[in-house]
Amino acid sequence: MVHWEDTELSAIASTWGHVNQEEIGHEALVRLLVVYPWTLRYFKKFGNLANAAAIAGNASVRQHGKTVMGAVDQAIHDLAHVDQTYSALSKLHSDTLHVDPHNFKLLGNCIEITLANHFPGEITPCVQGAWHKALEVIASALSKRYH
Amino acid sequence: MSLSSADISHVKGIWSKAKGKGGDLGKEALQRMFCSSPQTKTYFAHWGENPQDSPNTAIHGKKIFDAINDAVDHISDIHGALSKLSDLHATKLKVDPANFKILSHNILVTLSRNFPSDFTPEVHLSFDKFLDQVALSLAEKYR
Repeated sequence: MVHWEDTELSAIASTWGHVNQEEIGHEALVRLLVVYPWTLRYFKKFGNLANAAAIAGNASVRQHGKTVMGAVDQAIHDLAHVDQTYSALSKLHSDTLHVDPHNFKLLGNCIEITLANHFPGEITPCVQGAWHKALEVIASALSKRYH
Repeated sequence: MSLSSADISHVKGIWSKAKGKGGDLGKEALQRMFCSSPQTKTYFAHWGENPQDSPNTAIHGKKIFDAINDAVDHISDIHGALSKLSDLHATKLKVDPANFKILSHNILVTLSRNFPSDFTPEVHLSFDKFLDQVALSLAEKYR
């Protein structure tokens, strides 16, 4: 059971209130696919992902970034119960999508870097700490149903 | 995962923006590391209970960024440039090399925040690869 300080929860809520989920989701996913190109293995059906420009311009990547942020949004709204919220999503990633859970940490890192890029004044070390914790909780919840 | 000529160009490009700001950027990277990954504070217990608030973060941050500067200046021989630092980390400091990845991430966050339009996904890739090489060089003499 994760303990959340009020300061952590309000820092996360404050940032999230400014986030354009489609924009941040898109950039974070582009960074994941460009910086860690082995993650492309999970997106073979997305069409042209030959280079960074193709990845950034790919409509399926944009849509998927929005999907991922939608799930992050669900977690953010109830950070005390992410394990339960993500139970079905975890099973999907394990049994159907067969995603190596290490990738959740990599995407979490890309989300942090994207947030710092877009909100330089807001993502102080303490605020980053709160986000890092939230993204670790999300990664852990996504890994929970793996066998 | 060796550095291509594009990687070298990207690393030197963004580093030219960071050069001369090692104290501030190094301090920021360390503070981010301490706040996000508090277990890293164990290596700095001698700075007091809250190392992120210690004036040592600026001093030590600059040392780290000066060492990275050496690696950038000798990017075709990072092992050679960091050989003495590798000895130090292996024989005296004995920092678990897993922590190099944590500091690397926080250096990337710091660069992304301070140089948002320059820190494109391609530059991010190149600098991540470069910091991997730096970490490998630092761990070279461990065992």
